[in-house]
Amino acid sequence: MVLWFRKNLQNIMLAAIAMLLATSVNVNAEVVAPVVPKGKGEQCVEPTDVMRKNHMEMLKHQRDETMHNGIRTKKHALKECIACHVQEDEKGQVARFGDDGHFCSSCHNYAGVNVDCFQCHADRPQELIGKGHKIKPHHTADFKDKAINKEALQALTEVSK
Amino acid sequence: MKLIRFASIDGNSNGYWGLMALLAAFILAALGSSYYMEHHGHHVTGMTNQIVWGLPHVFAVFLIVAASGALNIASIASVFNKKAYKPLARLSAVLALALLAGGLMILVLDLGRPDRLIIAATIYNFKSIFAWNMILYSGFMGIVGVYIWTMMDETVGRFNRLAGISAFIWRIMLTTGTGSIFGFLVARQGYDAAIMAPMFIIMSFAFGLAIFNLVLFAAYNGTRRELGDAIVKRLRNLLGVFVAAIMYFVVVFHLTNLYATEHHGVEAFILRDGGIFTQLFWIGQVVIGGLIPLALLYAPQLQGCRKSMALASVLIVLGGLAQMYVIIIGGQAYPLQLFPGMEVSSSFFDGVVNSYTPTLAELMLGLGGVAVSLIVVTLALKALHLLPISLADAVADPHHKD
Amino acid sequence: MKTVNTTDTSKRKFLGGAAAVAGIAIAPGVLLQTVNAKPDNEAVSNKVRWGMLIDTNKCGDGCTDCVTACNTENGLTGFERPETDSQWIRKLTLKDKQTGHVQTLPVMCQHCETAPCVDVCPTGASFKREDGIVLVDKHICIGCRYCMMACPYKARSFVHEDLQDQKDHAPRGKGTVESCTMCVHKVDNGENPACVTACNKEHKAMYFGDLNDANSEISKRLKQYGGKQIRADLGLNPGVRYQGV
Ligand code: SF4
Ligand code: SF4
Repeated sequence: MVLWFRKNLQNIMLAAIAMLLATSVNVNAEVVAPVVPKGKGEQCVEPTDVMRKNHMEMLKHQRDETMHNGIRTKKHALKECIACHVQEDEKGQVARFGDDGHFCSSCHNYAGVNVDCFQCHADRPQELIGKGHKIKPHHTADFKDKAINKEALQALTEVSK
Repeated sequence: MKLIRFASIDGNSNGYWGLMALLAAFILAALGSSYYMEHHGHHVTGMTNQIVWGLPHVFAVFLIVAASGALNIASIASVFNKKAYKPLARLSAVLALALLAGGLMILVLDLGRPDRLIIAATIYNFKSIFAWNMILYSGFMGIVGVYIWTMMDETVGRFNRLAGISAFIWRIMLTTGTGSIFGFLVARQGYDAAIMAPMFIIMSFAFGLAIFNLVLFAAYNGTRRELGDAIVKRLRNLLGVFVAAIMYFVVVFHLTNLYATEHHGVEAFILRDGGIFTQLFWIGQVVIGGLIPLALLYAPQLQGCRKSMALASVLIVLGGLAQMYVIIIGGQAYPLQLFPGMEVSSSFFDGVVNSYTPTLAELMLGLGGVAVSLIVVTLALKALHLLPISLADAVADPHHKD
Repeated sequence: MKTVNTTDTSKRKFLGGAAAVAGIAIAPGVLLQTVNAKPDNEAVSNKVRWGMLIDTNKCGDGCTDCVTACNTENGLTGFERPETDSQWIRKLTLKDKQTGHVQTLPVMCQHCETAPCVDVCPTGASFKREDGIVLVDKHICIGCRYCMMACPYKARSFVHEDLQDQKDHAPRGKGTVESCTMCVHKVDNGENPACVTACNKEHKAMYFGDLNDANSEISKRLKQYGGKQIRADLGLNPGVRYQGV
């Protein structure tokens, strides 16, 4: 058994790589743009393409400034993003982080990029707490099983001309 | 002294694969336990806001302390130039790395956020002895790695002594650092003692050597290679001295504490009223880990008996774990004194002796760390030329006369 | 700010962000109490050292208003598991073994000047703000719990399980350590910490203010009546002082 495994190791590896390639091609074949819920306001604090590309940097910069220096400007604060972007739908339902209908996870689910912001931070505006389903306990970051794929990321970060 | 030839072990026997399978099973169980703890949060363990370091830390600190001790044989050989120990130096160094790896795995898997290990590895607060320890641990890995290289590759053999001395200095720092983790906790009565760091060094000598002996015996028995009495006798004496030294340090530690009135409370707790901690101290640490091994090692009737030496080594390991338990958990169980001399109570367990019951998950995580150490050694024995083909007296003992 | 050159977004973002910060200075429309709010875009400075004074003689026996207020303010809902649930502030009952005299007092993070938790933290997640408030940066806390071992006041809690519905001004989550923040979100807004506000309703045993300002009420009181540190022997110069113990 072991010997057989050793002899055929190369073939096994090749087979595995081939399988991986096959699956990724499949994913690429069905590129569908994510449906991003509309925010409350007219215009975001930065142009959309800038936000798409750099929101993580801004959030991180603001987070450190607030945490360590007590800077409490609102412009790039996560709390404000949530206040504007996470709203009740017509049925009075609020999407939770992890749902495709939640502003952040609409893209993050799609791109398969996990974030742990909402293990600590509220995923909806304070006045909507209590609305929306409970997140399954222990599965706060339950994101869909989608492998990251290059085209999708490009599509998302492409500067709109 | 004859030329010593090294060879890897075949590692094809059923026994070898059986051992590997067993160790792998333990490691899997540890990973499973860790996943379970992280997934549900630490409330599924015995740890609380009062006892924040539990059984995993007992195992982890024990292994890390033992790691630097396991290097002893190699140090004696290359730093103090005792030729008799030279044939064992390779195993000693590899064992040191293996034990450290096992201990660190436990520490990491017990973090609240193991996924953020990269932060711990990249952001340092240089005031923290913990951060220094991370540097000490990775440095130890590197230096001992080079040290092993100089032992095994003749082209770099001339750097052996230099590497050996660096490794020796580094290991002393490493154990001092580990001991200081507790020494820095000034507010905790159980840890507030300068003697903590040297005591940890002595403990490392004994624990490391005990494990080394067991591995050596197992390897030579398993491969039916010859292990002569001369070298075994040396190891036996060394072990005896180390155990006696620990006992001495423990006596000094508690006597100095008894001298200072402010420590009377915690001393009475450990030595007399602490329930499980008192039992572990007297029965586990003193009798099983100290007195019985000393008797086994020094009894004139048992001098040639390897079994008694192996048993002593096992008992020293068990006693060592008991000692760690008393230090780490006992030290937390004894309440912090916010208002000395007053009776204190609150909703947050102020003024009460905190209780701790380890869970299976914590035990498996700890044992998994031990398994990691052993599997590394088992693999290394097969992959590298670690052990001499024979350590019969004629080969091993420079003063042996036929 | 509105017209954006798409070529060099990263640099633009950084400079633009700074300019925007300087540009907006919304005066907080909050009721100011003992202290003045700093502008939102101004970093905290060490000219201020926030502190508290607790007059144990006025502290109500059996009163837990401060504890309740803290739990409400910071969303500290527990799981009915007292050994693992977080407590940022607790009421201690002290009994003098000699005289039998009993008194109660609240204890929370003492916001030590030379804080042991900050010294031992391997990643720097435990840190002291310039204005003396000791916090845990949960973004980089790895949950090693060394700070809990080091804190002489038992001030810290480890979050033992998943949380939901945290307050947006007090993010907290599983696997990290937390403790009293002196309600830093309120302080930055010019308000008193929640426990002090609650205590002021009835017993008026807690004072909050700037220890560096000789004219603040807390400094005047400390000067006139003195104030003890818990475990003064450790030399940590905590920002929380007590009278009457
Ligand atoms: S009281 Fe404890 S947690 Fe607070 S600053 Fe002092 S050491 Fe740190
Ligand atoms: S638990 Fe977090 S805050 Fe505390 S010492 Fe560890 S990393 Fe620092």
